[in-house]
Amino acid sequence: MIEGKVIKIAGPLVVASGMREANIKDVVHVGAARLIGEILEMRGDEASIQVYEETAGLKPGDVVVSTGAPLSVELAPGLIGGIFDGIQRSLVAIKDVAGTNLHKGVDVKALDREKKWHFVPVAKVGDKVGPGDVLGTVQETGPVLHKIMVPLGTEGTVASIKEGDFTVVETIAVVKTDKGDVNLPMLQSTPVRNPRPYKQKLMPERPMTTGQRVIDTLFPVAKGGTAAVPGPFGSGKTVVQHALAKWSDVDVVIYIGCGERGNEMTDVLREFPELIDPRTGESLMNRTVLIANTSDMPVAAREASIYTGITIAEYFRDMGYSVAIMADSTSRWAEALREMSGRLEEMPGEEGYPAYLTSRLAQFYERAGRVKCLGADGREGELTAIGAVSPAGGDISEPVAQATLRIVKVFWSLDSALAYKRHFPAINWLSSHSLYADDMGKWLNTNIDENWTKLRGRAMSLLQQEAELEEMVQLVGVDALSAEDRMVLEVSRSIREDYIQQNAFDDNDAYSTFDKQFKMLKLVLSYYDAGIDALKKGAQLDDLINLKARERIARAKAVPQEQVDAAYAEIEREMLAEMASVIGKEED
Amino acid sequence: MPREYRTIQEVSGPLMLIKQVEDVAYDELGEIELASGEIRRCKVLQVEGDNVLVQLFEANAGLNLSSAKVRFLGRSLDLPVSQDMLGRVFSGMGDPIDDGPAIIADKRMDINGVPINPAARQYPAEFIQTGVSAIDGLNTLVRGQKLPIFSCSGLPHANLAAQIARQARVLGGQSNFAVVFAAIGITFEESEFFISDFRRTGAIDRTVLFINLADDPAIERISTPRMALTAAEYLAFECGMHVLVILTDITNYAEALREVSAARKEVPGRRGYPGNLYSDLATMYERAGRQLGKKGSITMIPILTMPEDDKTHPIPDLTGYITEGQIILSRELDRKGVTPPIDVLPSLSRLKDKGIGAGKTREDHANTMNQLFAAYSRGKDAKELMSILGEAALSDVDKLYAKFAEEFEEKYVSQGFETNRSIEETLEIGWQLLSILPKSELKRIKQEYIEKYHPIKD
Repeated sequence: MIEGKVIKIAGPLVVASGMREANIKDVVHVGAARLIGEILEMRGDEASIQVYEETAGLKPGDVVVSTGAPLSVELAPGLIGGIFDGIQRSLVAIKDVAGTNLHKGVDVKALDREKKWHFVPVAKVGDKVGPGDVLGTVQETGPVLHKIMVPLGTEGTVASIKEGDFTVVETIAVVKTDKGDVNLPMLQSTPVRNPRPYKQKLMPERPMTTGQRVIDTLFPVAKGGTAAVPGPFGSGKTVVQHALAKWSDVDVVIYIGCGERGNEMTDVLREFPELIDPRTGESLMNRTVLIANTSDMPVAAREASIYTGITIAEYFRDMGYSVAIMADSTSRWAEALREMSGRLEEMPGEEGYPAYLTSRLAQFYERAGRVKCLGADGREGELTAIGAVSPAGGDISEPVAQATLRIVKVFWSLDSALAYKRHFPAINWLSSHSLYADDMGKWLNTNIDENWTKLRGRAMSLLQQEAELEEMVQLVGVDALSAEDRMVLEVSRSIREDYIQQNAFDDNDAYSTFDKQFKMLKLVLSYYDAGIDALKKGAQLDDLINLKARERIARAKAVPQEQVDAAYAEIEREMLAEMASVIGKEED
Repeated sequence: MPREYRTIQEVSGPLMLIKQVEDVAYDELGEIELASGEIRRCKVLQVEGDNVLVQLFEANAGLNLSSAKVRFLGRSLDLPVSQDMLGRVFSGMGDPIDDGPAIIADKRMDINGVPINPAARQYPAEFIQTGVSAIDGLNTLVRGQKLPIFSCSGLPHANLAAQIARQARVLGGQSNFAVVFAAIGITFEESEFFISDFRRTGAIDRTVLFINLADDPAIERISTPRMALTAAEYLAFECGMHVLVILTDITNYAEALREVSAARKEVPGRRGYPGNLYSDLATMYERAGRQLGKKGSITMIPILTMPEDDKTHPIPDLTGYITEGQIILSRELDRKGVTPPIDVLPSLSRLKDKGIGAGKTREDHANTMNQLFAAYSRGKDAKELMSILGEAALSDVDKLYAKFAEEFEEKYVSQGFETNRSIEETLEIGWQLLSILPKSELKRIKQEYIEKYHPIKD
């Protein structure tokens, strides 16, 4: 065991001497309270340590002990439904031990050591197994079947394996290897700073359904893709992230509250157990893992929280699941990086951020993807990463936003002007983009409706035309426009207000299936087609604008999924009938 | 008796370096005894070998390197707390300044507080009626929320804050309330305005005041809000009271932080503010809230003036990223004579959704709120267009929207600082205004509510 002594304390940075034998990135325990830290730099026998807890009270001469292991997370049944801090201590366990506040030096394990899980073997005695092969399963929650995989570096024949109720540390199987028998418990641990290995990376090919129309229709994200949501405060970043965590059609969701508000995590914690996943009929909490390092918690652990989260996500991906990770907010993570960099007296790059900011961000997002997992059964897993960015002053020319945009494929640009109008989700349709739109469009053409890309293309081009026309209106007034152009304005308003806008607090509107999205957009555009047609046949513009059926189109979003077909057909019929009646009408 | 050091090496601004010090902990509280016997306080910022860098809590004037003595007390800066603090006035450093007796401490609490475990928070959901329509109707405040007022120099934010403190109540409940007020570097007149308002309404007996005025040492301001929050935590989570904390002005606080950061020669963040300003502000603001199994709550209204009226300045910007919304005052509305000059569109309460609706305010609240926002926004656009191109350029509907926007500011927002409206009155005024528009425009309101509440029946 390597033992050193503290010689300097400055905020979360502690320098210890006598550490020559320790490794860079080793986890250490600092002081009598055994605060957890990680070695960042070594100079001679002096180690610079970032401490994940409040350092008040530390003194020179306090003992520093290296654990000889890098920062790791515990992986086993018990993760789902849990809430952990940035270095994976269970916050519920801390609450039970230490009360409502987070005092330092509380020693709790990530996963419950007492709880028994029912293990069902898949492998049999005599099977040859290697890393990633599934030994057996535990039904952790209703929707999540937790696969117990052979850990990295273990290869051999199964000598014994049995069904039964075990704690995570009890042996469930013995594997005979070259180096002798290895007892395998369900619990394994993985270093967080390196990606978990897989066989092969694949191109993403299908969309992640989020139920949010502006996302799914206009700016889709692929399963295994990356997306960023930058926006000033109050533009609804967190609401978008929460909506994605609630409604995405994935098997497991990892939600990281990184340097954000405490009440937002509480909100997830209280609300998710009550919400029902429309696909499984189970509580949403039964597929969710929360990592909470709120803004008032020690800043160094905020830096670690992102890695803790994505490593857990990779673990579920390796079981062959589709996993989504939401990181809110990567800007706070970058600030934590900046703070440590400043204390290490590194030469700052742009705006004080360290020069390695971009490469660290890229490494994080690159851990997303669709992969062929380790293991003989050839299963595939997907990890989708969605990061919120909180640019200073809402100006995305700052380094974190710019570095992120260079990496991610989808950019949902939140717009405070839309938020002020209470247009939610406040994703601006002109400045956002998705590089998956074409590929996902092909998938949707095949799987939803062959006209999907056509319909989307028309909606996008109408919105574009609207922006150009609006500029003209600002100069010459709306009366100067032709009737056809006025129709473009009308239908664009309808696309914006009746289609894109979505009420997260309305039961029927919070989530739309692809089917409903397609039919709804078709309904909205059919008004335009029929309207242009009617204009040609001599209808008056004002009559078309004041059509009674338009109000019903506006309320079409509130139609429950099972009534969509009938209700939309009726609205369309009514609209066409009304149109027909105004065509013949003489001008008063 | 702790060891005394006469080895002060350097004093520069708020920082002091002491050599040959043993056994001192990071963040420990120190006392400096001047030759005159005067005691000042400091805290440890950095320990390196036997060199200790401390930050002074008070002014450095009169410090003498050779005669001053330093002792370290083995604890961090704390505040003696007790229920007797109610009705008393303290300095920015927590010493009584009202000629009353010293506080007999029930306990001493570290002023830095301890972060609340997010798993032990209780989600704020209780509606607070402030009697101000622009807040109750559109940017609803709930118990345990932190909702700052973003103001500009010269605007009546003090009147609004005093009005909220005076009128705030929870519907249908007798409650054990208290106000903690921290004056952070504001003028005597501004501070006296609050105190006399508390006195006028009798609230003074339920109020704890921490006063650091503009002519007090700037460096003390770093502790003032933390003193206030420590008192508030004691009253809320130990004594079960519902505490409203008013902190004014956060801009002065952030400037004091910048002073220390500059003296330490740290790499500055935006506009010279320290790189960790976000985390620093968060450790204050996040102390608001409710906790599982505890009766009390801390509702926080920090006030800050935006330099150059600029919302993207680091202080309002970082505050907005931490707090649960913001109330923004507008110079333009103030010029028009709208009181309070609340600019409702960029204002926001993030926690309103769980605090309103049937059983809390009224079922139609959320729908009408969204409709009012959307209509006001469209009306303002229309008015702008009208001022460029004349009224003729507007469609008939847009003319109605323009009229709506006009009356909305006049009747809904501008209610004066003495009017206390019930939530029903606020909702009623909202419906009256919405009736300016054709019913078919009210797309955000459920049909059944239109039928039930619209003042014009079919």
